[in-house]
Amino acid sequence: MTQRLFLPLVVAAAVVFAVAPLLIAWAPYESTMGLVQKIFYFHMPSWAAMFVSALVCGVASAFFLFKGHATGDRIAAAAAELAVVFGLIGLVTGPLWARKAWGVWWQWDARLTMALVLWMIFISYLLLREYGGPGSEKLAAGVALFGMANVPFVYWSVNVWRTVHPTTNVVPTLVPGMRIALWWSLAGFLLLYTTTMMARVRLESQRASLDRLYRDLDD
Amino acid sequence: MVLRGRMLCVLLTLWIGVAGTVATGTVSLSVEPQQQEEFVPVEELEPEDQLPAAPLLVAAYAFAWLAIFVYLWSIWRRLAHVERELGDVARRMAKR
Repeated sequence: MTQRLFLPLVVAAAVVFAVAPLLIAWAPYESTMGLVQKIFYFHMPSWAAMFVSALVCGVASAFFLFKGHATGDRIAAAAAELAVVFGLIGLVTGPLWARKAWGVWWQWDARLTMALVLWMIFISYLLLREYGGPGSEKLAAGVALFGMANVPFVYWSVNVWRTVHPTTNVVPTLVPGMRIALWWSLAGFLLLYTTTMMARVRLESQRASLDRLYRDLDD
Repeated sequence: MVLRGRMLCVLLTLWIGVAGTVATGTVSLSVEPQQQEEFVPVEELEPEDQLPAAPLLVAAYAFAWLAIFVYLWSIWRRLAHVERELGDVARRMAKR
């Protein structure tokens, strides 16, 4: 089932990403920021994919911790890596936008600092799994639960604390040209996330099969 | 007497009308762009106004695509490595 879906999803993601630059180019310029605001159409979807990945990692880790599902651990490991990749895109594109819009690369305000901390939680998850030794999967799963719990705080931080970052109210008030470009890019990122996640989970499954074969060979 | 009163009303109405028009004219003049009295070199602008947006936009999109392609390539490479190793181990088991 998963393998049958993989190719159509890859094709759909490729089509969406091929059309996205046209919609982004046609989207109206924002009045105060001008051209540089068009970074938004990749910046926001990359964070959305990061948040989805953090939630998937947290839920899968909970299944692994409380039910002992090995599949949950494999999904969590894949999701944590994707959270780091999409978070990195968000963390790099944000300062490139901020340099022009705010005049600084970075601001240690609530939103930006919490987003960086969230990203570092998933870096620590991966480091723990890689270098933590035997049993580190369970420790890492606990870290993933804290990462998942952090997501709503990062999302709402712009509405609760004073920060230079635009609030979440920006998205519902977008004009049609901007809205279409944003939702199209978001669809592209979520399709890319799904296909990459499928490939990454397959890698974890194949590694587990290899470990089983090595154990059988030793017996 | 009545005629003087009517004349006064007409004059008052005219005065209010003229005053209103002048006031509106003043307001509309104030929102018109001011005449330029000096040319400011671009170097004297605020840093964020001097900075061209296009290189930042190109850098952001280029980085996003590069990160995505490098990551996809890394998954493909790791998957190929594990599947090759799986094949090797399966062959070794078959020989036993």
